[in-house]
Amino acid sequence: MERRATRILLGLWVALVLAFLFVPILLIALYAFNASNVQSWPIRGLSLQWFPATWANGEVRAALWLSIRAGLIATALAVILGTGAAFAVHRYRFPGRDALSFGVVLPIALPGIITGMALNSFFVFWGMQLSFWTIVIGHATFCIVIVYNNVLARLRRVPRSLTEASMDLGAGPWMTFRRVTFPAISTALIAGALLAFALSFDEVIVTTFTAGAQNTLPLWIFGAIRLGQELPEVNVIVLVVLALTAVPVWLAYRVTMDPDGR
Amino acid sequence: MIGAGGRSNRLSALFWRQPMLALAGLALPPVLWLVLIYIAALAVLFVAAFWSVDDFTGEIVRTWTVRNFTELAASPTYRTIALRTIGMAALVTLTDAVLAFPVAYYMARVAGRRLRLVLITLVVLPLWSSYLARVYAWRLILAHDGALNWGLRALGLPAAEIGYTNWAMWIVFSYIWLPFMIMPVYAALERIPPSFFEASQDLGARGGRTLRRVVLPLAMPGLIAGSIFTFSLTLGDYITPVLVGGPGSDFIGNVVYSNVGVANNIPFAAAYATVPLVLMGLYLWLARRLGAFEVL
Repeated sequence: MERRATRILLGLWVALVLAFLFVPILLIALYAFNASNVQSWPIRGLSLQWFPATWANGEVRAALWLSIRAGLIATALAVILGTGAAFAVHRYRFPGRDALSFGVVLPIALPGIITGMALNSFFVFWGMQLSFWTIVIGHATFCIVIVYNNVLARLRRVPRSLTEASMDLGAGPWMTFRRVTFPAISTALIAGALLAFALSFDEVIVTTFTAGAQNTLPLWIFGAIRLGQELPEVNVIVLVVLALTAVPVWLAYRVTMDPDGR
Repeated sequence: MIGAGGRSNRLSALFWRQPMLALAGLALPPVLWLVLIYIAALAVLFVAAFWSVDDFTGEIVRTWTVRNFTELAASPTYRTIALRTIGMAALVTLTDAVLAFPVAYYMARVAGRRLRLVLITLVVLPLWSSYLARVYAWRLILAHDGALNWGLRALGLPAAEIGYTNWAMWIVFSYIWLPFMIMPVYAALERIPPSFFEASQDLGARGGRTLRRVVLPLAMPGLIAGSIFTFSLTLGDYITPVLVGGPGSDFIGNVVYSNVGVANNIPFAAAYATVPLVLMGLYLWLARRLGAFEVL
């Protein structure tokens, strides 16, 4: 066991790092209630006035709606593709198995500009106009790995004897899948889907290359911050987005944490 | 219902007897998606780097040329930008490794079960919270009349004018990617059996020696796995340089983006993008050989 002094020092370090991680987030949350439209610290009084003002902004609502639709469709695609890949890698030995597990990670392991730029030149090459669907294709591509990782990790933890027992008791493969395998992986599937949606909802870099003239919510925020315009609205949106993405992430952790705390 | 059940039973029995059919049904959609869209896109990117743009018409000329590469190699500006990007990525990786290691160690060795769970949640939460929100928060903190200078003034210290500089980029990148480093290092440390520590102690090694000879080598795959994220994410970013960097803080990504969007010179952008692509390819290959993928 570590000495007492070491443990105290380590604990202090952890506290400092946690402060480093969370103070900016708490600070930005406060700015949403800033009474003034000047972004300086300390904020000059508290007010809720920017919340209705932000909701009244048509561009913001359109961007939010686009982000939600793109995120939902990309997540659905990622669930289908990622689950298939996870089952294939877990259950079978086949040529290209390693390549598949590597290829799934690639869109997120490679720098964002590479993925964005590659997809962009791909769409241009085939003469595809950048549109809602090019956004969806990009998001689905880098979301596959999230679902894949979650489902694969769960499959590895479900003992093979469970399915064998089910078959021994006379259940067919379909029955076994529906009554044994699927319930065992369902929470991992939900967690993967929630995290994939959170990732899609937040992504900027790849999206700037695949969106064309449309704005997802992060693109709108990026544009506004860069131009220094509508910053009170940005403060509000940023707080709402922080709160909203915390929900799926928290849910994802809730449904996957088993009682042993793994 | 019975009919449908019968059909699905027959179908599943068929898949059971013909595992290749089931495998094809599972693996083909993701394989086709990745190959036809993503790998094809990377191939187009790579090929496009050897094309050029007609100066007069602005059309892409699909004949092979290495002009983009010679232009890049000859330009000190682009070399500076590439070196700045790579240097920053390396610096951020190092900073995060230093910040993350004690945290991961505390989580794996000191914290009890409940506290460990809380810490994992706290570390992972920022990872999933809005990237832009966190960059923007630092833009406000580091600004001239932001929270940092307010705090410094309260302590009677001179104001720090580091908003819109490379210092700001260094802080923000280290901040944003830190959880990506903590988690794999924690995963690696958690796997070290407690008996290893006892054995090292029994053999007479003190804390520092155990750390250097036992813990660090076993934590290495975790550190490398984390560094893949911190390095690659910094390398491929161009949002943070735009939002918190000042003049003269362009990254490879900024040049790539402006050549795709504004200048409409995709071949040139593609050629420049091969720099991080090749670099990451080598990095991933090396990391794989060093066993970093085991702890991901």
